[in-house]
Amino acid sequence: MNNKMHSDRRKFILRMARGAGIAALGGFVWSAYVDEVTASQLMLRPPGAIKEEDFLKTCIKCGLCVEACPYDTLLLAKPGDHKPLGTPYFIPRDIPCYMCPDIPCVPVCPTGALNEASVTTNGKLDINIAEMGLAVIDRETCIAFWGIQCDACYRACPILGQAISVEYNKNERTGKHAYLTPVVHADACTGCGLCEKACVTEKASIFVLPKEVAMGKAGNYYIKGWDKNDEKRLEDATEIKTQTEISKDKAVDSLNDAGGLY
Amino acid sequence: MSTLWNKYRYLFFRRTTQIGLLFLYFGANAWGWTLLMGNLSSSSLLKTVPLSDPYAVLQMIAAGAVLATDLVIGALIITIFYLIVGGRAFCSWVCPINLVTDAAALLRRKIGVDNFAKKQPATRNMRYWVLALSLIISFAMGVTAFEFISPISMLHRGIIFGIGFGWAAVLIIFLFDLLVLKNGWCGHICPLGGFYSLVGKFSLIRVDHTQENCTLCMKCKVVCPEQQVLYMIGKESIPVLSGECTNCARCIEVCDDDALNFSIRKLVKNNKSGE
Repeated sequence: MNNKMHSDRRKFILRMARGAGIAALGGFVWSAYVDEVTASQLMLRPPGAIKEEDFLKTCIKCGLCVEACPYDTLLLAKPGDHKPLGTPYFIPRDIPCYMCPDIPCVPVCPTGALNEASVTTNGKLDINIAEMGLAVIDRETCIAFWGIQCDACYRACPILGQAISVEYNKNERTGKHAYLTPVVHADACTGCGLCEKACVTEKASIFVLPKEVAMGKAGNYYIKGWDKNDEKRLEDATEIKTQTEISKDKAVDSLNDAGGLY
Repeated sequence: MSTLWNKYRYLFFRRTTQIGLLFLYFGANAWGWTLLMGNLSSSSLLKTVPLSDPYAVLQMIAAGAVLATDLVIGALIITIFYLIVGGRAFCSWVCPINLVTDAAALLRRKIGVDNFAKKQPATRNMRYWVLALSLIISFAMGVTAFEFISPISMLHRGIIFGIGFGWAAVLIIFLFDLLVLKNGWCGHICPLGGFYSLVGKFSLIRVDHTQENCTLCMKCKVVCPEQQVLYMIGKESIPVLSGECTNCARCIEVCDDDALNFSIRKLVKNNKSGE
């Protein structure tokens, strides 16, 4: 009787240990896989998409935005696309976002992964404030920078003149021609990708990247002192004091202290 | 002919709903139909009623997502629906993977894999562990863990929006069910099935057994994908109360003796003892 109880207990403990082991192994592989597939940063999301980190937990992968898109711009990531599975994205070189004024893809989102408020000004949907990405120019391959006249991207831009402007410079090589080169303005560019679609070079020399990838960040240490708006960035900044061996005394004290010479 | 209909009527209805729903979804994407848009993760009925997968919403809660009202309403509608028709009615009447695993189970019976692989080496409780694990991983990683690996979503999304390499996952499940473990995916691993098993504990529509009619032919147990729920066959006249029953009704069809039928669960217990 006693022996049987012992053996039952042993079996039970063994079974529990085996279960825990399998669960740990499975959980480890599973988490590693999920971590890997959600790591892709080069995704262009539909307009109004919330921050990528929140997007991955909020998007339910239903494809309603894809169905709402009248231009078949949006795609759902398939296995083999090497993108977070089932989430919507677009490839502007194939089909860019044509920036519909009524933004049909956003209000249909059931989860708020596409946030209507972020593409609304004064209670009206406003596609011009969407931030899908930022167009970036490769000045090495853009033929306008060679001195050949091309303004395909400038003309294709739906926010003509604001998101892309053309800059005049003298062409020193010939001495009598001008460079007419495109410049992208990050505050106006929505990342729709019409410029990328229009670009005439074999592989587009102007292309859209997600804003977090395309842009740097000045941080709180540098500020445009001449710009009152820029100073607002520092309103919430907290002071951090670092003390080193040299800075622990005031500068004058430090100079007057002869370090025990006298 | 009438016997053929009797033997396969529920199967016919199930396949019709499964394929019909997918067809409506497919039409919404391909031809702009508005009856049922989206996919099984979340959809909108006639562009007004939201419907959402409650298990996906559960993972979103674990991941720490902010829930939209439409999503909560959609998940509630679906949960209430399956509380009535039987939790795992989703599995046998809606889920497209069911077509794959049923095909595997059929082939398994036909080529006699069951005869030499009698012993089932894994526990059916595994699905509840996978369910718990999915929520833990969702919480720890801040993403909906199962939604990123789910072969169910790969298949229905694939049928509607293009499948990519998703067919490989479907093939793996077919082969796993055929050669490795009987009812392996749906009956052992799938956490969505586990979730609906828990919902199904409370559901109203049940398969009921009439022991007096039973001739112990055991055809029901052969076709049942969750044999353990039919423990009462030939023993007791009670309804199948386990949430793991998928209400697929195959047992009802194969029964030649009218010993199995659908019934509505009695919410108030009958006092048979007193007079």
